[in-house]
Amino acid sequence: MRLDGRAFVLPVCLIILAEIGARAGGPSDSIAPPSEVLVAFVGALADGSLLLATRDTLASAFGGLAIGGAIGLALGILLGSVGALNRLMEVTLELIRPIPSVALAPVALVALGFGYRLEIAIVAYASTWPVLLLTRSAVAGVEPRLIEVAQALRLSFPARVAKIIVPAALPRIFVAFRLAAGFALIVAVTIEIAINPLGLGAGLMTAGQALRPELMLAYLLWIGIVGFALNILLVFAQQRLFGRAALVGDIR
Amino acid sequence: MNKGSCRAGEALIRFSKVDLSFSDRKILEAIDLEIMRGEIVCLVGPSGCGKTTALRIATGLLAPTGGGVAFDGAPILGPRRDVAIVFQDYGKALLPWRTAAGNVSLALEAVGTPRAERAARIDALLAKVGLPHHADKYPSQMSGGMQQRLQIARCLAQEPAALMMDEPFGALDAMTRQELQDEMLQIVRTTGATVLFVTHDLEEAIYVGDRVIGLLPHPGRIGIELKIDLPRPRDQIATREDPEFLRLRRELYEFIKSAER
Repeated sequence: MRLDGRAFVLPVCLIILAEIGARAGGPSDSIAPPSEVLVAFVGALADGSLLLATRDTLASAFGGLAIGGAIGLALGILLGSVGALNRLMEVTLELIRPIPSVALAPVALVALGFGYRLEIAIVAYASTWPVLLLTRSAVAGVEPRLIEVAQALRLSFPARVAKIIVPAALPRIFVAFRLAAGFALIVAVTIEIAINPLGLGAGLMTAGQALRPELMLAYLLWIGIVGFALNILLVFAQQRLFGRAALVGDIR
Repeated sequence: MNKGSCRAGEALIRFSKVDLSFSDRKILEAIDLEIMRGEIVCLVGPSGCGKTTALRIATGLLAPTGGGVAFDGAPILGPRRDVAIVFQDYGKALLPWRTAAGNVSLALEAVGTPRAERAARIDALLAKVGLPHHADKYPSQMSGGMQQRLQIARCLAQEPAALMMDEPFGALDAMTRQELQDEMLQIVRTTGATVLFVTHDLEEAIYVGDRVIGLLPHPGRIGIELKIDLPRPRDQIATREDPEFLRLRRELYEFIKSAER
């Protein structure tokens, strides 16, 4: 990604305007000038509270992503390659899928109590869906001729999955994981804001309730940076891991 | 001519009263056909006559709605490892994420060749199809002719008793097609494999075949059977100028013309 220097003109102007506006308006409970946000940000970074919260959020997000992704991947491969099973499960899946992940929070709270398990369970639920749906369509879309080659060679089902289906669908499966990773972070922070006294979302809420808008905005800024960094990392990994395979997916 | 089998003269593949219909549309009707061990039988016919369908039934990829196909006396219920299929669309039949060596290796992995023996077998197979220095290339880096050679190498890795070829050279340019016809005949002669060869190119059918079966369309049924007694090894120039070749060509063309009406 190449950036044009001119692309920074607008954000810098906006930050200067915000500084002037916030200072002109006097002390506020909801907004703070960018300079104070920066001071609060450095302070939270220095005392370790921000990094600790980041660790909690990322641990929950990735823990949930790992579980949900594994379930979604396994189900997606199974449903995508066994048509009868897919038809059998379709109604069930379509009935469960519309339940918003956040709506599960009270149920999960009763069952699991506050803490990592609550958050991981809900993130896992949320990230199962994109992985399942995209893997299923990627697997169902594998070139039929390749499936016939697997049949002609009488590959066993596990060998067919490992040697033909997964490699053929891999670029699209990785896109599913990229999407799910974004979801996982959003859902983790949402659960922390809504219910779980943990991580960045809870830190944001606490700062807001303590009437420290500068710290609250510092958390917000940091959440944005974490999400941005996560995406860059995943795009980079995709290019490195699937240079040739990704190309194949694009051509098709 | 040595076909490498002591049981020559015996049917390896036998279609008996094969019918195929999709809902109420009849695709194939009462196909009776015997293919002898080591024989090269070509299926030709106007488009829509079901020649590819007949080949797919013989491979076990498709089940007939009536009758059956026996291979070596046993009914075909699904694909067999000793029957290799060469698809027309080589670009789709090769694994784009594997090199040439990797694609051949797929068949060796399927038949359970020990890992230690694979490299040598792959080298020998790639050399056999004329791709000795292309082991590390990906299919996307190869020409159409090379890709089809690679697919044939993968099929040979199965050590097949029979090769099912579905318009294998149809997508290639004329020069490459002739080269591959000769190479295919050469390979078949050394392995003694039985071949069912589907093509829409009548001259190709006569050139490669021991026997040419012409199908009539709607529903597909056998309309003509020509025994090809041209001397082997065949030669792109001499064989095609042989009066017998020209006579067979005329007979087949006239059959196809009447079949299309």
